[in-house]
Amino acid sequence: RYQLLPKMESGPVSSSRFGHYYDASKRMPQELIEESKWHGFFFPEKLSSTLTIEPCSLTGGYRKLLQFIQNVIYEEGFDGSNPQKKQKNILRIGIQNLGSPLWGDDICCTENCDNSHSLTKFLYVLRGLLRTSLSACIITMPTHLIQNKAVITRVTNLSDTVVGLESFIGSERETNPLYKDYHGLIHIRQIPQLNNLIYDVSDVKDLAFKLKRKLFTIERLHLPPDLSDTVSRSSKQDLAGSSKLLGPGCGMMAGGKQHLD
Amino acid sequence: MFPELNNLLNTAPDRAEQGKLTLLCDAKTDGSFLVHHFLSFYLKANCKVCFVALVQSFSHYNIVGRKLGVSLTAARECGQLVFLEGLKSSVDVFFRAQAEPHPLQFLREANVGNLQPLYEFVREALKPMEDGQAAWRYPVLLVDDLSVLLSLGLGAVAVLDFMHYCRVAVCWEQKGNIVALVHDSGDAEDEENDILLNGLSHQSHLILRAEGLATGFCRDVHGQLRILWRTPSQPAAQRDRSLTYQYKIQDKSVSFFAKGMSPAVL
Repeated sequence: RYQLLPKMESGPVSSSRFGHYYDASKRMPQELIEESKWHGFFFPEKLSSTLTIEPCSLTGGYRKLLQFIQNVIYEEGFDGSNPQKKQKNILRIGIQNLGSPLWGDDICCTENCDNSHSLTKFLYVLRGLLRTSLSACIITMPTHLIQNKAVITRVTNLSDTVVGLESFIGSERETNPLYKDYHGLIHIRQIPQLNNLIYDVSDVKDLAFKLKRKLFTIERLHLPPDLSDTVSRSSKQDLAGSSKLLGPGCGMMAGGKQHLD
Repeated sequence: MFPELNNLLNTAPDRAEQGKLTLLCDAKTDGSFLVHHFLSFYLKANCKVCFVALVQSFSHYNIVGRKLGVSLTAARECGQLVFLEGLKSSVDVFFRAQAEPHPLQFLREANVGNLQPLYEFVREALKPMEDGQAAWRYPVLLVDDLSVLLSLGLGAVAVLDFMHYCRVAVCWEQKGNIVALVHDSGDAEDEENDILLNGLSHQSHLILRAEGLATGFCRDVHGQLRILWRTPSQPAAQRDRSLTYQYKIQDKSVSFFAKGMSPAVL
C-alpha cells in the first residue's frame, strides 16, 4: 500500500540533524576577541552622547543605534565609500531584544503606545542601510511581550526572513509526550524571495529544536508510531491535535535581513 | 507580464483600458508577483511609468523584470521609467539634510507628515512632454506598496489623500492608470491598514486579491486569485463581476487554473 508513495526527505539538509557546534560552558578566548574587529553598542552608555539626526518620530535608542551602524558602515568602508580599504568582508550585525524597554521603547509595555511607529521606521531605515552596503543583520525580538498584533504583522512585512522560536517551558506542551525530546518549536514564518518571483519552498513544515550546552539542533518533527496497547482513542486525538496546533503566539522571533544586491 | 493573466483580465498591452485604478491586495501570502506583472505589462505597452518602489531595491525588480522580458535599466535610461528607490533614498534623507524638498521628506519630520512632496514628485515625473510630441502612450503610476507608508508614521487618511490627488492628476487629467499594492492584515487588527484598504477598494475599477489557501500550504497551488471588476460611479445595485482562480508561481511565469483543476491533481 505504501509502495508507490515518494520517499520522505530525511530533513532540511542532507542529514536529519542540523545544528552548530559551540560550547557555552567555556569563555571565548581573550586573544580571539582582541584580534577580531568588532564594535559594540550598549544604549545606557550612550545616553549622554549627542546626535546628528534631528528629532523625528524615532525614540532616542533607535536613533542612536542607526547613527552608530551608519558610522561603522561608513568608516569601515562597507558601503564602498573608501575604495582603498579593500573590504572583502561582510559586516555582520546582531541586535538583541529589539522593541524591549531596554531600547527606550514602550511597545512591550502597553497596547496603544504613543510611538508605535518608532520600531517600524527604525526597521525600514535599517533595511535601507543593509541594502546599500555589504552587511547582514539578525535581530531578536521578544514578540511574546508585544500586545499589539498589528505591529508584529508590520514588522514581519519589513523583514526578509522571519523565524519564530516557541519554547515549551511554562506551556502545556512541556508535558506532552510528543515533545518530550525537544525544548521548543521552530516556525519559519517568512523566507526572502530576493531577485526571484518565488522562493524555494521546503516541504518541511514541522521543526523542533533542542538546546544543549554544546549543541543547538533543529530536527524534523515526526508523529511517533502508535505502538502502545493502553492508548485510548481520546489521547490519540490529543497527540494529533496538539501537533497541528502551531499556534500564533511565539516566544521569540528572530528576523534576518539580507544585504546588498 | 503573464500571458495567462492577460487572458483572464481580457486585456493586452496594446488595448488596455485607460483612466483606471487597479488595486492589488494580498492576504496571508505574497502578492508581489502581481506588481512584477503590471510593471512589465505597462512597459511593454509603451507607457510612461512612474514606479514608487518602497520595499525592494532597483536590482530586485530589474532581475525579475528581465525574466519577464523587460529591461528596467534600458527603460530608465531612455526616460520611459522614472524609478523612486525608497530604501536607498530613505538612507539619504534620514542621515543628511536635503537642500531641496525630497519625496520621502516625511522620514525626517517629528510630527505626522503628509505626502505632498511625493505627490509633486509623481506629478513632475508623469507630466506630458512640453513639445507636444507624445513619446509614450499614457502615464502609469505603480506603487509597491502603500501599507509600508503606514509603518513609516503616516496615517491612513494621508495616504488616501495622496492617492486621491494622484488619481486626479493621472487618471482624470491624463487618462492614465494607477496600480497600487496594499496588504490585507486580516485578523491582525490593524485599523489604519483596514481603513486604507477599504477606502481604496471603493475607488478601484479592478481589484486583484491574492490569498493563501485556507487549507494551508500546498506545493502545487500557491494561492488563489480573486478578480473583481467594479464600476465605482455606478449605483450599488448593479452587480460587480468577479472570478476566482488558483495559481502556481514558477521561475518566469505564473500559471492559472480553475479551482481544483491544478495539473498536479488531474
